[in-house]
Amino acid sequence: MAEGRGVTAPLAFLGQFGDAVEFIFKERDSVSGGVQVGGLAELGDFALIHLLVSLVAMVVACAVSVPIGLYLGHKGRGEFLAISVSNVGRAVPAVILLFFFIAFVGNGFKNVAVVLVLLAIPPILTNTYVGVRQVDRELVDAARGMGMSGAQIVRRVRLPLAMPTIFAGIRTSAVSVLATATIGPYANLQTLGEPILSPQIYDFSGQLGAAIVVALITLAADAGIGLAQRAVTPRGLKLAEGPGRRPRLALPTRRREAAT
Amino acid sequence: MTFELVAQGGLERRERSGVGCIAESGFCPDWIADNYDRYITPFFEHVYLTVVSVAIGFAIAFTLALIAHRRQWLVGPITGVTGTLYTVPSVAFFFLLQPITGLGNTTAIVALVCYTLLIIFRNVITGLRAVPADAKDAARGMGLTDRQLLLRVELPLALPEILAGLRIATTTTVGLAALAFLAGGGGLGAELDEQPFFKSNVAVAGGLAVLLAAALDVIILTFQRLVTPWQRAAA
Repeated sequence: MAEGRGVTAPLAFLGQFGDAVEFIFKERDSVSGGVQVGGLAELGDFALIHLLVSLVAMVVACAVSVPIGLYLGHKGRGEFLAISVSNVGRAVPAVILLFFFIAFVGNGFKNVAVVLVLLAIPPILTNTYVGVRQVDRELVDAARGMGMSGAQIVRRVRLPLAMPTIFAGIRTSAVSVLATATIGPYANLQTLGEPILSPQIYDFSGQLGAAIVVALITLAADAGIGLAQRAVTPRGLKLAEGPGRRPRLALPTRRREAAT
Repeated sequence: MTFELVAQGGLERRERSGVGCIAESGFCPDWIADNYDRYITPFFEHVYLTVVSVAIGFAIAFTLALIAHRRQWLVGPITGVTGTLYTVPSVAFFFLLQPITGLGNTTAIVALVCYTLLIIFRNVITGLRAVPADAKDAARGMGLTDRQLLLRVELPLALPEILAGLRIATTTTVGLAALAFLAGGGGLGAELDEQPFFKSNVAVAGGLAVLLAAALDVIILTFQRLVTPWQRAAA
């Protein structure tokens, strides 16, 4: 507990954690001196880039995988593709994929975004497919009997009923995208990983401080998408779950690998 | 900065071995053939981190699942806690633990164990729940006690699902262990970190990690085939 150097009195009892929290809120000299590091302004810049690259990746990934998943699920085709894409995604870990990209393709915002998109697609695609397939056959038949066209069935029956599953996939992807964006500095993208990967400038308190911010952002995103997931769940599905059954936590019981 | 280091090292080597592509940080089979031995130690560190973490994680998650199987109300809280641990990015986790456990293998393993818990716990619970009620009724009718029911009927029937969870946990851990060097745990990630722009280095270190994940996956799958012969008979 005595390690906290230059800690203001109220945070001193937290030791290294207190020092790290101070790093988040207050500028200080860098390890080598001369430069001011830390503080809300600098971390805010890192956080902005971090969130921006993650958001771009998530939007692109959703725009690609949801329509494909809906189409394949509706037609009942390409099960092998939709399911195995997530297995392939798991075989090449996110970190390794990013390193391959840095060495063989290039650096910067665009390349990191591409890696994150590749990372985000499998869970969303697989979950969309599974969610659409899970829709009760009889409901689809009833919709067809009412004279709905294929596109209408997808939009008004399959998509709403698949929403909770799709959002579970988006949630999984968002968490791994935010986590992987942390190692963006290897690709010259100054995300929140910058203090973490440059201890020679930011010291341990900077590493720990940035780690705290990354963890909080990810947990907040996870919780936020969880709430959105509840919001987009059709009332009928919520009723079907029923209050009488085993209590459900805000966290879904399954979060990854719908296919397994 | 790493770039310059690589370039310098490359130039020195070029004079000695006459290989030009190292200077350009390229993919150089000759360099790989000369230097493969530097990956042996990191590779085994990686194997060690993965196997130890998954083993500890399995022991904890399996025990929790057996407890929660008898007391279903525990499933929600345990899923919530392990889910939160699972959500914290690994990079952050490796640092958040350091004020408590210091820099080294322990920190790396504690963090990696935390990531396996949710996956294994969830799969064991799902597997146990999916055991057909008929099979359980028949077993009860034969006079099996709860304990016998668990060991002779429920667990064997849940085995495919349990091992599926173990496979996911293992491949995930291989990937996360690539960042364990941040916690002082070594592994192939340390090599990636040292020369991230040198294609040969990234190809070997990254390739080994991918191969390790695939190999462990195949081992568990083979084990599953051996211990569940009835699945093949049914198929």
